[in-house]
Amino acid sequence: MSTAATERLARLLALVPYLIARPGIRVDEAAADFGVSPRQLRRDLELLWMCGLPGYGPGDLIDLSFEGETITVGFDAGMRRPLRLTGAEATALVVALRALAETPGVADADAVQRALAKVEAAGGEARPAGVVVGLATREPEATPEVRSAVTQAVQGRRAVHIRYYTASRDEITERTVDPMRVLLVEGRSYLEAWCRSAQGVRLFRLDRIDAIEVLDEPAAPPPYAEPTDVSEGLFRPQEGHRNVELVLEPDGRWIAEYYAVERVTELDGGRCRITMRYTDPDWVVRLVLGTGGQAVVLSPPELAERVLHRAQDALRRAGDQLDG
Amino acid sequence: MSIVRAERLVNLVLCLLSTRQYLSAERVRTIVPGYTDAATPEAFYRMFERDKAELRDLGIPLETGRNTAFDQAEGYRIARRDYELGDIDLEPDEAAAVALAVRLWDSPELTGAAEGALLKLRAAGVDVDQSTPAVIEPRVRTSEPAFAPLLAAVQTGSVVRFDYRKPAPVEVLTRTVEPWGVVSWRGRWYLVGHDRDREAVRCFRLSRIVGTARAVGRPGVVQPPGEVDLMQFVRGSGDEPVTGTTALLWVARGQAQGLRRRAKVVGTRTVDGVAGDLLEIELRLPESAAGWIAGFGADVAVLEPEVLRKAVYERLLGAVAAARKVVNG
Repeated sequence: MSTAATERLARLLALVPYLIARPGIRVDEAAADFGVSPRQLRRDLELLWMCGLPGYGPGDLIDLSFEGETITVGFDAGMRRPLRLTGAEATALVVALRALAETPGVADADAVQRALAKVEAAGGEARPAGVVVGLATREPEATPEVRSAVTQAVQGRRAVHIRYYTASRDEITERTVDPMRVLLVEGRSYLEAWCRSAQGVRLFRLDRIDAIEVLDEPAAPPPYAEPTDVSEGLFRPQEGHRNVELVLEPDGRWIAEYYAVERVTELDGGRCRITMRYTDPDWVVRLVLGTGGQAVVLSPPELAERVLHRAQDALRRAGDQLDG
Repeated sequence: MSIVRAERLVNLVLCLLSTRQYLSAERVRTIVPGYTDAATPEAFYRMFERDKAELRDLGIPLETGRNTAFDQAEGYRIARRDYELGDIDLEPDEAAAVALAVRLWDSPELTGAAEGALLKLRAAGVDVDQSTPAVIEPRVRTSEPAFAPLLAAVQTGSVVRFDYRKPAPVEVLTRTVEPWGVVSWRGRWYLVGHDRDREAVRCFRLSRIVGTARAVGRPGVVQPPGEVDLMQFVRGSGDEPVTGTTALLWVARGQAQGLRRRAKVVGTRTVDGVAGDLLEIELRLPESAAGWIAGFGADVAVLEPEVLRKAVYERLLGAVAAARKVVNG
C-alpha cells in the first residue's frame, strides 16, 4: 500500500473521534487540522458514511449529518477513540518533549513537564526508546544578558539595536533590527530578525552579539518578511556566493564537517577534495592560513596565490617577532 | 480500486473491534464487504494477508486465538483497551508545548511520526494550535544519510555494519555494532552501541560514517541494557580538557575584529612601521586558538606566551609550504 493510502487510512480512523469531540465543526477547519483540502475531507466523510458494523443496515452505518458547512456525528459505529500511539509516534513526540524539558530557557518548563506526563500516561505501552536529543548549544553560550534581552525583545515585540560581529567579513557593525523569533539549530542560538540596513531577514548568532539595547519602538518586520526555512540547512545559495575548491589533509577534515560543503570527493591517504561557497575571499584566506597546511586552495588560482602571499607576509612578521 | 480498499479496511477494523469472539478468516470473508470480490480462496487469502499487514503497520493490535479447542483455525479480533488511546486533556500551555515539540523535528523519519501522534491527540479532542510561533523555536535536523538506516536498526533491534573514518590516525574500518540508540548532542548525531569487534561500548559520529549503514542478520537480536543513559556516553567522549591561558598580542590598527572583540587593549606599539595595539586575551583552548590567530596573518603577532608564538609560527610555515606546492605547480 502506498504512503498516501496508509496516511488516508490513519486519517479515516481518526476522523470520527475527532468529529465527536467537536460537534458542529466546520469542514474547512477540520481539513486544516488534518492537513488536507476541504475537498479531500469531504471525500473521506463520504467514504466513512459507507462504513459501519456487520449487518450494514441503516442503523449500523456511521451517521454524519451536514448542516451547511458543519458536521456532526450521529452514530459512530464504535469508533469513539483514536488509535493508540505507535512506538515510532510516541518516540518522536516524547523525545522532543524531553529535549524541551531538559533545556532550560527554551520553553515553559513546567508546562512541558505536565504535557510530557500526560502524553506518557495516554501513550500506555508505547515506550520511546533509542533516541535522545540534547538541545544544549555547542560552544560557550552568549552572555546571559544578551540572551535575556533578546528573549525580552521577541516576547515584547520590540526593536533592538545591536553591535554584531560578522565572522565572514571580520567586521563589527551596529544596526537596528526587528526581532521575529529565536532559532535553536544545530547546537547554536540565532536571533531571526528583519535587518533594517540590509533590508532583509537575517540570522544573528547570539554569541556574536557584542552589545544589545532593547528599544522603546515596536518591532515592525514588514509583512513580506518570511521566516527562514532551515530544513535544508542554514546556509543557502545566495547571489554573490562563489565556489572555492579545497584539498583537506586528514587533520583538516573537520572543515568538511563544520561548514556547509557542496561536494566531497575522497582522495588517497584519508585526504579529500571539497567544494564550498564563500562570499568574502579574506574569510577563505583566514580559514586556510589557520589550518597550517591541512587545507589548501586548489581553485580559483588567484585565491591560492592570495593565501600564499598572506602566509609569506605573516611568516616574515612572525619570524621578526621570533628573532627580536 | 484504492477507495474500495480503504472502505474495506475501515469496515474490517470496526468489525474486529465490535466482536468478542475471534473471527476466522472465513467468517471475515462472509461478513466484511469487499472480500466477496475475491474470485478464488487463494485470491481472498492474499487480500486478507495484505490487509492484516496493513493494519499491523498502522499499529493496530490484532489479537489471534481460538474460541474453543474445536476451532480448526485461529481467528482474529481487536481488543478495545489495546486499540484505544488513553484519555488525555491538555491545558492551553501544555498544548503549546506539544505544538513546539512536533515542530522540533526537521527530519523525514521523525516529522511524519510526530505529526501522526498529533493527529491522534487532535482526534482525542485536544486542540493544538500550530499557527502561533514560540519565542524560541528549536529545530533538529537529521540530514546524515546514515540516520534513517540506523534509526530503523535501533527500533527493530538489528545489528548494523558500516565503514567508519577515525580522525587520528586516519583509517577507515568496517565496524559491526549492536545499536542502543541515536543521540543528538550539540547539533551533531551519534550512534551509541556495543561494538562487536572491540567488545565495548562505543560512540560513532554519524558524519564520519562512510557511505551508509546496513542491517545484518535478523531483527530483534539486539537487547540494549535497561536503564542506560545514552547521552552520558556521548557527553563523556566529547569534552576536551580546558587549559586556559592569557596571551599578549600585537594587532595592526583597525584589523582582526574577531580578536579585538574578545580582548582588552593594554597599549600601543609600532611594528615594521605599522601602527598597532597591544591586546591581552583569554584563550580557553590554546591549540585551536593558534589556528584562529594564524588566520589573521601579518595583522597579528604573538608576543606571549612563547608556546603560542611557536605554535602560530609553525602553522604559518605549514601554510606557506602547502600553498607553494599548489601555486608553483
